[in-house]
Amino acid sequence: MFYGLDLQNRLMLGTAQYPSPQVLRAAIAASGAEVITVSLRREGSGGAGFHDILRDCGCLILPNTAGCHTVREAVTTAQMARDLFGTNWIKLEVIGHADTLQPDPFALVEAARILCADGFKVFPYTTEDLIVGERLLAAGCKVLMPWGAPIGSGQGLRNLDGLRSMRAHFPGVPLVIDAGIGTPSQAMQAMELGFDAVLLNTAVAKALDPVAMARAFGQAVAAGRLAHAAGLMPRRDMAQPSTPIFGMAELA
Amino acid sequence: MRIDLNGVPLDTAAETLAGLIADRGLDGASVATALDGQFVARQARETAVLRPGARVEILSPMQGG
Repeated sequence: MFYGLDLQNRLMLGTAQYPSPQVLRAAIAASGAEVITVSLRREGSGGAGFHDILRDCGCLILPNTAGCHTVREAVTTAQMARDLFGTNWIKLEVIGHADTLQPDPFALVEAARILCADGFKVFPYTTEDLIVGERLLAAGCKVLMPWGAPIGSGQGLRNLDGLRSMRAHFPGVPLVIDAGIGTPSQAMQAMELGFDAVLLNTAVAKALDPVAMARAFGQAVAAGRLAHAAGLMPRRDMAQPSTPIFGMAELA
Repeated sequence: MRIDLNGVPLDTAAETLAGLIADRGLDGASVATALDGQFVARQARETAVLRPGARVEILSPMQGG
């Protein structure tokens, strides 16, 4: 499914912005996530106790290239992440604008091409643009990660029709909604639409009770996935009685 | 010699990247390195020679989304 790896739990959890390492550790466990994202920063800039959490949580590590704005930065960061974490997986972010944090699709495709050729298994943070998606697949990506909304905005699936089109356009490709999810219902909606996983961070980390929210997201993602597999009823414009009319008494 | 470590000037006697990591008391397995903007793999640090003005980046795992 995800580069040959199937996941029982389809919530991928970010590890930033939690009130404490203890809360982060408990939130990962409560979410049931099997994949967590991490980053690389200058040694000594914080992150005490993070090593232990990475070692103990039993999760797969998906390093990111967060904050990179150029192909060169992103490729070098990916190489450093592979060396440090011992994984070929890389969440490829090439940011195009400092305010919107929108991906730069041109640099993204170029970086993906270089990294895929170098043996990386690339998870590209992209938009719902179909042509960019096709170019990323042609570059060697086997997973696409369209945004729901701008990173950290909590707006949910801002372009529902576009995402629905994307799902239909790439039927066999694992698609992960990455970024912009604010509530469990939004995560569930993504799964109901047939997306294969949801990656989020801020909605859990900045909740009043991150551990409880992590559990809520885990359950919502599981429910949405189950609902999609079960087949949603067709939507109707008009009412239709669910109780049969046949056999009704004449009481008027 | 004077080098730049993680954006901060540093006087060091270390001649290689591996030596610098040891001098700083860091666990080489817990960091990733770059020299003058180029990635340097763990096993290449012994032969990565530092020159005056070298720009060294030593990164470690950090929380991320």
